[in-house]
Amino acid sequence: MSVFNKSRSYIIRIIFLSVFIIIIAQLANLQLVSNKYLELAKNNAVFEKIIYPERGIIFDRNGKAVLNNTIMFDLMVTPAEVKNFDTTAFCSLMQIDTAEFRARIITAIIKNSRVRPSIFHSLLTPEMQARFEENSWRFPGFVLQQRPVRTYPYNVGAHILGYISEVDAKDIERSGNFYRMGDYVGKNGLEYTYEKVLMGQRGVQYMIKDNRNRLVGHYENGEFDTTAVAGRGLKTHLDVELQVLAEKLLKDKVGSVVALDPRTGGILAMASGPVFNPNDLTGPDKNANYAKLLLNVRAPLLNRGIKGRYPPGSTFKPLGGLVALDEGVITPSYGYPCGGGYYACGRRVGCTHAGGGHAANLRLAIANSCNSYFVQVYRMAVDNPRAGSMRKGFEDWMDYMHKFGLGVRLGVDLPSEDKGNIPSVATYDKEYRGSWTSCTNLTLGIGQDKMLATPLQLANAMSIIANKGYYYIPHFVDSIDGETAADARILAKYREKHAVLTHISDTAYNAIINGMNDVVTRGTARVAMIPGINVCAKTGTAENYTILDRKRIKLKDNSMFVCFAPKENPKIAIAVAVENAGYGATWAGPIARILMEKYLLDSLTNKSKADFERISNTNLMPAYYNRLQYITDSARAEQWAKIRRDSTQLLRYLKKGAAPKAIPKKDSAQARDRKPQDQKPKQKKPSALVALFTDDRKYYRPVTASGEII
Amino acid sequence: MSQKKAEISKGVDYILIVVYLILVCTGLMAVFGVTYTEGDPVVQTFLGFKTDYSRQFYYACISLVLGLFILLTDSKFFPATANLWYAGGILLLLLVFPFHSAVKGTESIIRVGGFQFQPAEFCKVTVALTLAKYLSNPELDFSRTRSQLIATAIVLAPAVLTVFQKETGLALVFCSFFFVMYREGLPAIILVIGFAIAALVVATLLLDKNVLAIILTVIAGLVVLFSLRQIKKNKTLLLKIILVWALCVGIQRFGVPFLFEHVLGKHQVERIYSTIGKEIPQEYLKGNMGEINAKTGKQSNTADYNVKQSKIAVGSGGLMGKGLLSGTQTRYGFVPEQRTDFIFDTIGEGFGFVGSVILMGLYILLLFRIIRIAERQRSTFSRCYAYGVASVFFFHIAVNVAMTIGLAPVIGIPLPLISYGGTSLLTFTILLFILIRLDADRQMVLR
Repeated sequence: MSVFNKSRSYIIRIIFLSVFIIIIAQLANLQLVSNKYLELAKNNAVFEKIIYPERGIIFDRNGKAVLNNTIMFDLMVTPAEVKNFDTTAFCSLMQIDTAEFRARIITAIIKNSRVRPSIFHSLLTPEMQARFEENSWRFPGFVLQQRPVRTYPYNVGAHILGYISEVDAKDIERSGNFYRMGDYVGKNGLEYTYEKVLMGQRGVQYMIKDNRNRLVGHYENGEFDTTAVAGRGLKTHLDVELQVLAEKLLKDKVGSVVALDPRTGGILAMASGPVFNPNDLTGPDKNANYAKLLLNVRAPLLNRGIKGRYPPGSTFKPLGGLVALDEGVITPSYGYPCGGGYYACGRRVGCTHAGGGHAANLRLAIANSCNSYFVQVYRMAVDNPRAGSMRKGFEDWMDYMHKFGLGVRLGVDLPSEDKGNIPSVATYDKEYRGSWTSCTNLTLGIGQDKMLATPLQLANAMSIIANKGYYYIPHFVDSIDGETAADARILAKYREKHAVLTHISDTAYNAIINGMNDVVTRGTARVAMIPGINVCAKTGTAENYTILDRKRIKLKDNSMFVCFAPKENPKIAIAVAVENAGYGATWAGPIARILMEKYLLDSLTNKSKADFERISNTNLMPAYYNRLQYITDSARAEQWAKIRRDSTQLLRYLKKGAAPKAIPKKDSAQARDRKPQDQKPKQKKPSALVALFTDDRKYYRPVTASGEII
Repeated sequence: MSQKKAEISKGVDYILIVVYLILVCTGLMAVFGVTYTEGDPVVQTFLGFKTDYSRQFYYACISLVLGLFILLTDSKFFPATANLWYAGGILLLLLVFPFHSAVKGTESIIRVGGFQFQPAEFCKVTVALTLAKYLSNPELDFSRTRSQLIATAIVLAPAVLTVFQKETGLALVFCSFFFVMYREGLPAIILVIGFAIAALVVATLLLDKNVLAIILTVIAGLVVLFSLRQIKKNKTLLLKIILVWALCVGIQRFGVPFLFEHVLGKHQVERIYSTIGKEIPQEYLKGNMGEINAKTGKQSNTADYNVKQSKIAVGSGGLMGKGLLSGTQTRYGFVPEQRTDFIFDTIGEGFGFVGSVILMGLYILLLFRIIRIAERQRSTFSRCYAYGVASVFFFHIAVNVAMTIGLAPVIGIPLPLISYGGTSLLTFTILLFILIRLDADRQMVLR
């Protein structure tokens, strides 16, 4: 028998051998042919721990830190270590209820597993931190983790400094995956523009992690690690005391103040009302505060210094005069017999003065701010026979405006600067189907019609006049710590002198400057007089309208003011706009004077101190905002109610268009029945979205015992 | 003294012993590679019985002593007591049901004092002995169906009991004894049919059921076409072909779904599907199984994770490996059950393709040596027993390594002589040393 079956021994050997050959072939395939596994293993085990450098600090012209870094604490939890735990005590300490506690722990587990620490509460308030530290021994599994945060010691500069925030997916994409989740990035203002300088250089530590993502040691003994390099500081032209003053003056007002140093183009102060404290956008209540600011119709987040579009009104007149002088259509002695209005174009343009030779020459016309005179001068400039045609003349005029920095972006080192508006020939051709004359837009001569300028542009135009034709692009940053060639390239454009209008004769400039000086000594801006200093200024009172409840309503005039001083050797140029406040001399003028005094004399006169008290304590918030806020909030509430009414719409909204597969019909009916009691408009926080979703989801899973969806 | 020593060593197959020792040392090293914590004093912890590698070291020592004892035993003892051992093994298996201690989902372990004991492992030895005893009976005519059935019953009785203890993997090991029966004259057609059914089951899982039915029908049609002449002579042939076709379609249509829906457990279905790399069909998802993953909408499959991580570990070894204690996959716990079922990953990652092939070479050497020993025996008992040992070793090695590299479903059986675990090491030692003892007396006819 055994002899008979001997051959089977070989068959068994062949079977054994072939199985082993298959195994070895697969081993060769895994270990020799495909090389993805080595990469996969490395991805599994090596964790790049990012070491965040300290962010650069921003200093003012006197070396005072306008913003600074401080340490706050995140409360971290490692769910697996939370044992023998007095939940009630902990909850009362943290002022949350146990349900919230459970929810947060579960979120932590879902996000980051049981064994890795995740954020339980980000940025504790100092009291909460102190309370926790006293009791921390009672709460295993909870630790505090340091987190660098910005602070603003002077509580000013929110609009110009911007804020930092965690990067979102868009930022990461835009940076070509340079940033990673969890990075902080400048979102606005100087933090945004000088992000590369301020952020420094991230360090990387390669760590080995185990199967539960716990870090267990350095990879290759830290051979590939790089150290973090701290961000570099910025020295700015900002004068922080001036900035404090400017922001206090704009309290409860809508408007803006911009102060420039004409000699360098450096911005000394830029404030925008309504003001808010930059410290609101750091720390524990950051998101709530941000939402509040965002939903306010007064748009406190808007930096009106570079984004506010105001008709310049009479503050434009010195520019109009200069253009006409340079084009040679008038001389400084040109006079216009104004009888209280301009009638040459068939409709009346009113003037506050009548007769008395208040516009007998250019200097007087500026000092008395004669509307008729400057309308006439504008028409003469546009209809200049030397240009050949009215359109050509208008284009020349437009060109002057652009040279003054109106209607173009100046290139300030803040993001999203507005370029204001100087209407073009095409605009009027379109609006009037080609048939228009200098009469059509004659109010351009007094800074109205379609002309819009930002306070920064107005301040810059003043410094061009003060400098008699040249300017530096307005900017904040003077120098960068440890400046490199690359930094110099960024700053180069702010160090270049732009001699745009130096071809205008000194006599022309002197006529205008003297006129502006007269405005202060005996004209409309006597309020801006400073003893011992020759101030040149121009007031403006610009009409404006808004649409509310589908009606065009006329609002109170914007109070505008531009100035520079001293006349002989200008050190500061200021533009002030206070919305719907009335005459330029009433509000904007004193504000400018206070700032000039502060900057030039380093102290305030008694009169200015009184004015400061008066202005900073006056609420000039236009009344129509209350109505607008109500309308906007109601509309938003209705939008939410609509979304909530139909649960399918909610899901679609949340999933960006991806409709859910099977929505039980009866369910949405239930949801509709529940609606009425929920419908009153609530104050919506961004987190409310998530809360809504989780609530409603419960109702999507009614499954009978047989497994069918009802 | 010296005479006695000569007596023990007389006829002992040294090659087998050397291979055995190398494998045990490799195993110790691999377990050390997985469980050593950096900074521990090596010698102290090795002797301290606190760590896994230290325990494995002591198990190896006990195994060697036991092996020595077996070599000192009279070789007649084994055929004489084979049936007794078998009865004892079955008894122990039955005792497991009231006395088992639940450890990691298995119900096959008895705990005595501080020690765990798995009777099913021990039964491999008893079945090998008893099967050899039965087949070596000189009055036996193994070509008769009755004796074939009895032999099958001897093998499958402990297997069935093991299945009831939720140790399907171990139960499958007993199927390897069919190699022994094949060697002793079991008709080859039975093995072929076995393979064919296995192939049909795999095809059922891989292909759409209608497509497969069509393929089967086409094959049947072709067979009928090519054997038309024979069918004209013999009408029953057609009937047979139709019956075989009906059986195949039946298995594919009803047999396999029944198996997956009612016989196999959740984890087994998962493992099988993760091996073939397909998603589990809805109808096989049982009541509580398959928690739906919130993100992907797929059910989470741990078997899938294990196999992936294991493949990454082996694959990342490359040609030469990362070196002992330097494999990130095995050192930092990405592969589960590393000391036991997935110990091969340590070799694959630490020593690369070269190391793995050397290990497989050692195993082939071991198996071929055993077969060679089997063929030189005068007594049928020894030969059958040797084939039994070879079959058990082969099944363990092939299935274990194949599952770590994704060729076979994850079945929790250890890698012989390498995996951590006292019972497993002792069982394989006993299996091997009884063989060496029997081989030393190869000129004797035992029964």
